[in-house]
Amino acid sequence: MSRPELESLQLERLKSLLVRVYDNVPAYRAKFDAADFDVASLKSLDDLRRVPFTVKDDLRAAYPYGLFAAPLRDIVRVHSSSGTTGQITVVGYTQGDIDRWADLMARTFASGGVTPDDVVQITYGYGLFTGGLGAHYGSERLGALTVPVSGGNTRRQVQILKDFGVTVLACTPSYALLIAETALEMGIDVRDLPLRVGVFGAEPWSENMRKQIERAMGITAIDIYGLSEVMGPGVASECVHQDGLHVFEDHFLIEILDTETLMPVPDGEYGEVVFTTLTKEGIPVVRYRTRDISRIIPGSCACGRTFRRMERITGRTDDMLIIRGVNVFPSQIEQVLAGVAGVAPHYQLVLTKRGSLDHVQVQVEVSPDFGFDEVRELERLQRTVKGQIESALAVSIEVKLVEHKSIARSEGKAKRVVDLRSETEGA
Amino acid sequence: MIEQVSVFLENSTGRLAELTRALGDAGIDMHALMVADTESFGVVRIICDTPRAARDILAGRGFSVTLTPVIAVEVPDRPGGLADVLEALGRADKNVEYAYCFVKPAGDAAVDVLKVDDISAEETLLAEGYSVLRPDSVYELDPS
Repeated sequence: MSRPELESLQLERLKSLLVRVYDNVPAYRAKFDAADFDVASLKSLDDLRRVPFTVKDDLRAAYPYGLFAAPLRDIVRVHSSSGTTGQITVVGYTQGDIDRWADLMARTFASGGVTPDDVVQITYGYGLFTGGLGAHYGSERLGALTVPVSGGNTRRQVQILKDFGVTVLACTPSYALLIAETALEMGIDVRDLPLRVGVFGAEPWSENMRKQIERAMGITAIDIYGLSEVMGPGVASECVHQDGLHVFEDHFLIEILDTETLMPVPDGEYGEVVFTTLTKEGIPVVRYRTRDISRIIPGSCACGRTFRRMERITGRTDDMLIIRGVNVFPSQIEQVLAGVAGVAPHYQLVLTKRGSLDHVQVQVEVSPDFGFDEVRELERLQRTVKGQIESALAVSIEVKLVEHKSIARSEGKAKRVVDLRSETEGA
Repeated sequence: MIEQVSVFLENSTGRLAELTRALGDAGIDMHALMVADTESFGVVRIICDTPRAARDILAGRGFSVTLTPVIAVEVPDRPGGLADVLEALGRADKNVEYAYCFVKPAGDAAVDVLKVDDISAEETLLAEGYSVLRPDSVYELDPS
């Protein structure tokens, strides 16, 4: 689809969306009225910037069903967010939403090179989390053989991976690493299995981590993006060129906004990612502020898709830590660790107060293949890690080397930060 | 060269006890154990009768463990015995990273364990007339 064709489709869908939410959702009506925004006045996509934002707290305040735009008798399924940053939020889907979601997830798998001949192991959790069922319906819609394992029991995951001739693994990237490690403990080298593609999402990860997973598993690792408030997985996805995530712009409008002014930034510049759902019926969102930080990659992709590409998520405004006045994203630490020989990319950041100053301890696992019989070598490793993290973050830190596997592995989203600053204040 | 079991430990209470208990329960006999530590972590070096089995048992219990090749040289049990060995290596420009010793069960000679960065140090000691222990005189070889 050409850009002008796409934009006219977007505008048409946007107008219809705004009328729908204004008519059916009291919270949107009140918000639009308060901002003196008349839905009939929207004439172009640029007019979108006059429309009020939707934020996570709006969904919390509407708990459970307050922002639904369709009557409950038309809603066929609900999911909810994990509630990692507070009270859970609920999202509802009509049958039409479920169908479109399956199509978009099938598109996600297909753009990663998955075909109906593949055997897809879904290791995202099934249940209220959107990951499991979202990926499941998409894999089935594509026509692939779908293995609905859900999360947990890593040894069983490895056994199924091997016994079922699985060619595609869908899970979080940190769990993929755990699966590869567990396989080795079981005497199975994943590189010897038919597995060829990983479809990974639901948490931020780095290019280094991608390379590490690809090496350990002998696969192509594809990054996918989605969030329950917007739909779930299937909002954007990499193609096989692995150079940015194509946003499915026929169903979602993406904006990148300056984090201070909340005004659009030019393509190529970083800002907060904001989505408007163009076709959702159950719970559409208008200018939903994701808190994710990214940018639009300028230029076209070698694959020929015209949907613009979003760079992998570099951090969340929620995850962003302010340490001694400096903005720090934990994902920067992972990026550093994946590039240092002798340590595993698992880490935990412990923040405390020493007097009035923030103290940062980064706990890093010594990798089992590091020849660690000499204290001097270990101290050198410690200094290397410290130096590299400090230059990446521009904050001074303490590095504590810990034993391999002593940091909890995640079966879902990894817990990377322990912030004890309020408890240790003045200590 | 013989194999030393090297274990990385965080400095936490009871961790060394867990390590030695794991080896004890498996019936592994230690000839020497040496701990090098810093403020936040330590390295435990062990000479025992079945180093590969020890490594597998410790790895299975979640320890960070590796095998390190070291030289075990018999040193006459008299003042200056070790100094002679180290001077011989120094003359040949072989650097010793660390050293510790144990006494063989037979009791007549001390055995010095030397970590060197240049494995030809073993040749140097043999040429100087020292008795360098072979693996099978220190521990049981794993069937291969």
